[in-house]
Amino acid sequence: MSEHEEHKEHEEHASHSLGFYILIGIILLVLTVTTAGVAFVNLGPFNPVVALLIATIKATLVVLFFMHVKGASEKLTGAVVVSGFFFLSILLTLSLADYLTRAWR
Amino acid sequence: MEPEAHGPELVHQFSDVQQQKNAASLGMWLFLVTEIMFFGGMFCAYLIYRLTYFNAFAAGSQQLNIWLGATNTAVLIVSSVTVVLAVKAAEVGKRKLLVGYLVVTVLLGLTFLVIKGFEYKEKFEKHHVPGATFNFTEKFDDNGKQIPVNSKEAELFFSLYFVMTGMHALHMIIGCGLFGTLAVLAWKGHYTPGYFTPIENGGLYWHLVDIIWIYLFPLLYLISRHS
Repeated sequence: MSEHEEHKEHEEHASHSLGFYILIGIILLVLTVTTAGVAFVNLGPFNPVVALLIATIKATLVVLFFMHVKGASEKLTGAVVVSGFFFLSILLTLSLADYLTRAWR
Repeated sequence: MEPEAHGPELVHQFSDVQQQKNAASLGMWLFLVTEIMFFGGMFCAYLIYRLTYFNAFAAGSQQLNIWLGATNTAVLIVSSVTVVLAVKAAEVGKRKLLVGYLVVTVLLGLTFLVIKGFEYKEKFEKHHVPGATFNFTEKFDDNGKQIPVNSKEAELFFSLYFVMTGMHALHMIIGCGLFGTLAVLAWKGHYTPGYFTPIENGGLYWHLVDIIWIYLFPLLYLISRHS
């Protein structure tokens, strides 16, 4: 029965209060305004870096709190999520490692 | 007959409801990983061509309507909030509230598509749609310096723009159909606090489509806007 209680505890972790979800929503909206505003400021080579950093923060908030990966009762789900982004990073890094170094000869 | 022996929400191959839920969630995440790889290929093509033809990509990006793009980002974020609130309503068995959130989600999804439609219309009017009538004479405004760009390279930017936003819009159309169906089934009382897996998994899909847009917005709309 202890296993059952553990599941219950996880279920409570997975679901947050109405206020919490609205707070995350407001943070996401503020970040959207920020990223649009920062785009008009000249940061030189850091404009795309900042834009992608903000996008990644937003995506992470959605994955962790809206998609309930944080507090998921199954570790395997977390592993699948991480593996997805891991393979995506292999695709992007190896492709760019090729294209970005072609001029080096 | 047999599943009924375990109660309506538990199918016989699972030992308990939690295990069944975990299996459904795992399967949904595996599907989402294939979606990430699908869009990942397009993001990879985008990155390579953006690095190769930066001026044309910047000139193309400067022609997109940043305010419509930002509004659409906000619309999707609000829809993600209504989705998560729908899941919560399903969890506590508030049927009417659940239906309400699902309907609002569909309406927000349709709002997104209508705004996208107006953007596409503008592209057609400006001859920025790749093909025989494509015509791009705008220059890359680099802090006041007007740099002319190759029209073929700009066409590549708009090809990627239409493929990426088009595939995203297709996912939105599917999402609206999915959530409309969920709303009807929820109204009929198909979902109880013991069983609302379709709402949860539909929500996961909706959030992933939102995340893809969260990346599309800065990558397509925000290249070299400071000028």
